[in-house]
Amino acid sequence: MSENTPKQDKPKVGVYVCHCGSNIAGMVDVEAVRDWAREHLAEDGVVISRDYKFMCSSLGQELIEKDIKELGLERVVVAACSPHLHEKTFRTASERAGLNPYLTELVSIREQVSWVHTDKAIATEKSKALLAGTVHRVAYNTELEPLKVPINPNTLVVGGGIAGIQAALEIANAGFHVYLVEREPSIGGHMAQFDKTFPTLDCSACILTPRMVEAGTHPNITLLTWSEVMSVSGYVGNFNVTIKKRARYVNEELCTGCGICVEKCPQKVIDDVYEAGLGYRKVIYTPFAQAVPKYPVLDRPNCTYFKNGKCKACEKFCPTNAIDFTQEDEYLNVEVGNIILATGYDLFDARKVTNYGYGRLPNVFTSLEFERLSNAAGPTGGEITLRDGKTKPQTVGIIHCVGSRDKNFNNYCSSICCMQSLKFAHLVKERTGADVYEFYIDMRTPMKAYDEFYQRVLDEGTLFVRGKVAEVTNAAHGPHEKGKLIIQVEDTLVGKQRRIPVDMVILSVGMEPRHDAKQTGQLFGISCSSDGWYIERHPKLDPVTTMTEGILIAGCASGPKDIPASVAQGAAAAARVLDKILQKEVELEPIRATVNEEKCSGCRICNNLCPFNAISFIDDLAVTRINPALCQGCGTCVAACPAGAISGTGFSNEQIFAQIDGLLMGV
Amino acid sequence: MNKYLFYPGCSMEGSARAYYESIKAIQGPLAMELEEIDDWNCCGATEYLSINLIPAYSLIARNLALAAKQVNGANSVMAPCSACYLNLEKADHYMAERPALGEKVNEALAAGGLHYDPGSVQIRHLVDVIINDIGLEAVKTKVVRPLTGLRVAPYLGCMVPRPDYAKRWSDHEHPSELDDLMKALGAEVIEFPMKTACCGGHMTQIGPETAYELIRRLVAEAEEFQADIMVTMCPMCQMNLDAYQGETNRHFGTNYHMPIVFFTQLMAVAFGIDPRQAGFGLELVSAKDALARIGLKAPQPEKAAPPRKKPEGLPMPKPLPKKYASGQEVVMEE
Amino acid sequence: MSESFEPVIVGFTCNWCSYRAADAAGTARVKYAPNVRLIRLMCSGRLDPTFVMKALAGGADGVLITGCHPGDCHYIDQNYKALRRFLLLRRTLKGFGIEPERIKLVWASAAEGMKLANEINTFVDEVRKLGPLNWPKWDSNGHAALQPRSEQVMEVTA
Repeated sequence: MSENTPKQDKPKVGVYVCHCGSNIAGMVDVEAVRDWAREHLAEDGVVISRDYKFMCSSLGQELIEKDIKELGLERVVVAACSPHLHEKTFRTASERAGLNPYLTELVSIREQVSWVHTDKAIATEKSKALLAGTVHRVAYNTELEPLKVPINPNTLVVGGGIAGIQAALEIANAGFHVYLVEREPSIGGHMAQFDKTFPTLDCSACILTPRMVEAGTHPNITLLTWSEVMSVSGYVGNFNVTIKKRARYVNEELCTGCGICVEKCPQKVIDDVYEAGLGYRKVIYTPFAQAVPKYPVLDRPNCTYFKNGKCKACEKFCPTNAIDFTQEDEYLNVEVGNIILATGYDLFDARKVTNYGYGRLPNVFTSLEFERLSNAAGPTGGEITLRDGKTKPQTVGIIHCVGSRDKNFNNYCSSICCMQSLKFAHLVKERTGADVYEFYIDMRTPMKAYDEFYQRVLDEGTLFVRGKVAEVTNAAHGPHEKGKLIIQVEDTLVGKQRRIPVDMVILSVGMEPRHDAKQTGQLFGISCSSDGWYIERHPKLDPVTTMTEGILIAGCASGPKDIPASVAQGAAAAARVLDKILQKEVELEPIRATVNEEKCSGCRICNNLCPFNAISFIDDLAVTRINPALCQGCGTCVAACPAGAISGTGFSNEQIFAQIDGLLMGV
Repeated sequence: MNKYLFYPGCSMEGSARAYYESIKAIQGPLAMELEEIDDWNCCGATEYLSINLIPAYSLIARNLALAAKQVNGANSVMAPCSACYLNLEKADHYMAERPALGEKVNEALAAGGLHYDPGSVQIRHLVDVIINDIGLEAVKTKVVRPLTGLRVAPYLGCMVPRPDYAKRWSDHEHPSELDDLMKALGAEVIEFPMKTACCGGHMTQIGPETAYELIRRLVAEAEEFQADIMVTMCPMCQMNLDAYQGETNRHFGTNYHMPIVFFTQLMAVAFGIDPRQAGFGLELVSAKDALARIGLKAPQPEKAAPPRKKPEGLPMPKPLPKKYASGQEVVMEE
Repeated sequence: MSESFEPVIVGFTCNWCSYRAADAAGTARVKYAPNVRLIRLMCSGRLDPTFVMKALAGGADGVLITGCHPGDCHYIDQNYKALRRFLLLRRTLKGFGIEPERIKLVWASAAEGMKLANEINTFVDEVRKLGPLNWPKWDSNGHAALQPRSEQVMEVTA
């Protein structure tokens, strides 16, 4: 059918007007609309017009199916509620009766008419107009088939924290191959830095390391640590990813992980990543003892050999000659069908809250610094001490909501800090017997065994002050405050200002999205919310998929959450991926744009309009082509083409022009 | 040559004479041209605004109107006194934010043949001008007598870093501008935790006990950190801490002897100007000992140097990179 | 014609934000003026300026264009393209002798049902004040006379 010839013989249309109980019928004269459609829209193809109390019920749907079969209906228009609710219901019903589902349309006369207007006569007239619009439009609907693309059974998981590891293991255990890419030298993520986890007080490393080892030795997992994704192209089922495997300067085939090179390296630097700036590491290092993989990494910018050609102690002492100063970055190309982003979070920078003195007052610590203090493998061997590394505190103040729930920094709640603060209180009491004060706004302890943990910490004698801390200062008001850090806070339950002298302050800092999350998102074609977290397809019903087919998210990358939730999301993302892999093919909605290459003049106006990179220019033919699997169906290029060479299925120009005509019938 | 319209304020001629003298002394070396606003009037300090807003703002706005008229090659008004500065800034800000107020104020000004459109002049504090317009590098080049060995406690007071309508300050609780300026003079600057805490203001007149306690806290803290001298940029702060230090001592039975001078006085001395010309000698708590530490006048018996911090224990986090309002990145010296 | 003129306005909504806002207004039973008849597009970026022309030529007195807030577009940044087209369209309409105030662009997110309803009410008032468009009717062939991409419509004096 040529684009410019309007349809002369109209297809047979069935119209169904729903009462929705009294939701529609109370404000719209449904029978009048039904009769009007039969009379006035007959020339537009309406051969039958019915009304029914609840069209979405099985009886209502059967009405449609019966008419399709008996009257040979070629189009169906239902005037009822919003397409976002029941479009699929009616399309499926039509399909059951043998009619292509895309020939059925649902127009809303409930949310858009009966629920929002007050004059019955006007509401009825508007319903007629909306119905007419859709009847005119539907004549131009074409039969569409969802696109089927084959799925590559390999999966890429970006991020080797607990969510990423969980996802990788689930998919690998099901028998499919996974590439697990991690930026740091070892997998484990933030969980590897913690000491104990709430509420069970499980040792974090003890529960994490078995998973890490499993992932590191699994035959179906290719572990790529000290690596980053450089570029992604393709579409769901068929992604081509380039990964840069950074040079470790250690030959992984020869290295036995004995650690002699680390021991002999003479150069120490502050470990900003794993030790949160509180401890040191060597220039050639493994981040922690249970690192997976066990191969160390050489920090080139700080290496004496690379800076001025001296040293090479590691090479001298390595028993297997595994040190290779000539090693170069490697680039790998992998093909995968689905990608799971489990890139985790960064912490809020407590230096920004100048009135809490972090960075200025030595004995103010962040939560991550405290985790390292309390961890037996940390810089103080698990002793909780002040900044001098020796003195044990006698009073500790723990401040909640630093950088969270705060209009000056981040508005959102970071979800885990209340529980984390309680855990710190418990650990401090257990290890040092110090007095502990907690300064909170609200106590958020919703999940299993969380509130019981709160009760336990209360019973242990921790003191809770409800108030947002105004200032942490070392300016003493008298001899009793000398040498201490003073927390100035309004105790809102008592209604008084209090100055509480403590030895150590722990700031429960909030979670923030990774500071390069936006760039990473752009690499994969997904977007971030205004707070910077990745956006899920539906906040309630679809938390692990994104608007981009084939890219999933899990763990803290989409928002602050605790370990059980991260694990659950990792497993959920894996399940979604497996569901796709097992179907061998994936179905894509057929709302796409296509270029009529005969009409395309090669002006390329459309080329830069696509954020999904679906539009490409074919040089030797000098025309533009659209990849239907990448195309998301927004229609911007359709509107932009000056030659009208691009048509958009589902929302074509004919359909919309017809709808405008119908809407303005009688005007 | 940086040119500014100068709003001295009433205290320059009275209690803050030292401020005025030292500003005049450093004006030349800093290449700062100051043209006093013709026929300026009192800004009303803090009292008037709590009595009746419209006449109060009109009083302040008259100065802005005069400045706007006098503009010739300079549209910045520089006020060294914190209260004057805040009042001018507030008037300009609220006349824009509340058009009804603006209208009434202009009605009042019209009676004197004047008019002020909010935003016509920029209002700057002297410290802001030195840091952002003149720049610390330029200040360093003028230092001929570095204040080496002098431990300085920088005290900004509360009225300038807050509310900061024009967003000129690096931080509102612990700004580093005055610290960096003193460091540029070669002084040893202590990390003074109460640098923006209240000095008591007019409580010395209204409720002296409160004022004495606030003064005591500041002076005691500076002493705790073994400061030799405190510097400030506000005449009220200087008067409270200096003139009332004796009464504070009597009230508490303490024996504090903490000199407090204006930052411009130290700048003048660092630039090689004679201390008397820099306004020294006008303060009640004598700065003799502090000056002696930098080799001026007869040497006094050495005070034991405070212990230096040896790097031991756990490493501290690195400070956050800073930028001043001028956009200039601050180079950390450690 | 009745003495009180009630404008007829065609509204274009995007599937992900503003259409859902209209749904949200409906679910919340927020009452607003019945003069606007909505068309659902997948994205505000789909809005071809000829749709607006067609609507005005077909009898509408005004056109309301709605979409996601800048930065929130479901298709990343297509609403910026809608914005560009809208601005150019207004100038073009002026060249036709049509008041540019007859078309309006409003951003509404899926949660802003109330806001969309208020915007609709405001726009209906504005168009009511402008009066009927009285665009001369096309010939008796009805919409057959207005071809998509017709030269007559595309000839714009800038």
